Amino acid sequence: MKLYEVAHSRAGDKGDILNLSLIPYDEKDYERLREKITASEVKNHLQNIVQGEVIRYELPHIKAFNFVCHQSLLGGVTTSLSMDTHGKSLSSALLEMEID
Amino acid sequence: MLRIGSGAGFSGDRIEPAEVLLEHANLDYLVMECLAERTIALAQQQKSHDVNGGYDPLLKKRIKRILPLLVKQNVRLITNMGAANPIAGAEKIIEIAKELNLPCKVAAVTGDDVSNLIDKKTTAWESDRTLSTYEPILSANAYLGIDALLPALETDATIIITGRVADPSLFLAPIVYHFNWSRDDYEKLGRGTVIGHLLECAGQISGGYFADPGKKDVPDLANIGFPYSEIDSDGTAVITKVEGTGGLINLNTVKEQLLYEVHNPAEYKTPDVTADFSTVHMKEIGENQVQVWNGSGKKQPETLKVSVGYHAGYLGVGEISYAGSNALSRAELAADILKERLSKHIPDLRVDFIGVSSVHRTHFWNGNPYEVRLRIAGQCPTEEIARLIGEEVEALYTNGPAGGGGARKRVTESIGVVSSFISREWIKPNVSLKEWGINETI
Repeated sequence: MKLYEVAHSRAGDKGDILNLSLIPYDEKDYERLREKITASEVKNHLQNIVQGEVIRYELPHIKAFNFVCHQSLLGGVTTSLSMDTHGKSLSSALLEMEID
Repeated sequence: MLRIGSGAGFSGDRIEPAEVLLEHANLDYLVMECLAERTIALAQQQKSHDVNGGYDPLLKKRIKRILPLLVKQNVRLITNMGAANPIAGAEKIIEIAKELNLPCKVAAVTGDDVSNLIDKKTTAWESDRTLSTYEPILSANAYLGIDALLPALETDATIIITGRVADPSLFLAPIVYHFNWSRDDYEKLGRGTVIGHLLECAGQISGGYFADPGKKDVPDLANIGFPYSEIDSDGTAVITKVEGTGGLINLNTVKEQLLYEVHNPAEYKTPDVTADFSTVHMKEIGENQVQVWNGSGKKQPETLKVSVGYHAGYLGVGEISYAGSNALSRAELAADILKERLSKHIPDLRVDFIGVSSVHRTHFWNGNPYEVRLRIAGQCPTEEIARLIGEEVEALYTNGPAGGGGARKRVTESIGVVSSFISREWIKPNVSLKEWGINETI
């Protein structure tokens, strides 16, 4: 099953750093995602996109995660040669991840 | 109870949602955030050609439609449409007020332009290069906070126009002013910053940048209503929108926006406070009504962030499409030809296959696309070199693979932005007042 089935995400950019929120539709899935969707799993899944470190922040009160991905936007929005200079579509790349 | 609306989330945003908020939301303040990082560098360039220019290009259009409603409903507007020239922006607003025969007082906040103050030997935040290596530098603007805005709010100006101000501060300032919060009550400043952060992108919390048919359905997106907030003196807020407008505000839209462009949620740094979003709680209390509470914060950073705009050369882009059987192989052949022809002139070339792997720079799917659009892009030191990219793409019509169609080319001037930091003591914000018709009978 894809992560897309159980969670949604929004991408944001600052310089060459991309952040991806991860929010389960059902708050009961928070613990399961906490176990499965680690920073290293996300780094592995996005290996062709994220060149730097991935850090995961947990927000237990609102049952959400924030993944901060360094060196991910070909230098950042203003001079990137990428089609999607902001990386706004990359939330969808995260949700393509497989989850058991 | 204080009511603040968000009337624009980016420089080119729609105007009618702001009109709807003014007509129906019983607002105290309307905030319009219209200034992207790059926009201010472009505006600075414009000001260097025309001393009366350099404010938001849509200012005239927006103010003409908004001002009559501000006056009728007795709402104050806070906006960063001043861009590189808030005083010229204020003068333009007064000119429009005269045309419309409406009394108006405008407070222009300046002091963000630090182009004469930055130390070019400091290293850019994004790289290990000093600012001097980014010459020609076009602009340098510090992110001002509520300390710059509060004196403007203390005047009775209807409109407060600024240049670069941290986006959440545009909202926090009227909250602090209205409730007379202490400048070192960091818990409350953190809560106000949460509210500002949630509202600053306008439609992005009321269903925009969210919909996904079948998974996240949003009603009537074409008529999306922009958000406003009802705020209590302890910083508890309800995020909502005008009844009957399109869009959606629920826990999911608010969660997505809370984390938008955030790094460590426990340390969201602004000129006013280091806000803590990780302690925030939220609850749906009605249809399109989400209550948000319990944000927190600690003392603000010692320095202010500076956004430095520089001339980054010229971006050349060319595109051409292939379709039908073997489309991808033909596009790949075209890419090989372009790379061989161009790489000796342009070392940093990027090739993408639109429809296959262009936006993610990879793909998580295997299959043969029916059509593929080849895109090639490069940053070039001169316009002439940048034009070579499109010329070579067009040459594929007669010299490239079979069935290449729809070639397009463009060259744009590139404005890059990097960040730096500046000591607060260097920043001297100022408020200038412009008015017309206030004490006269109209």
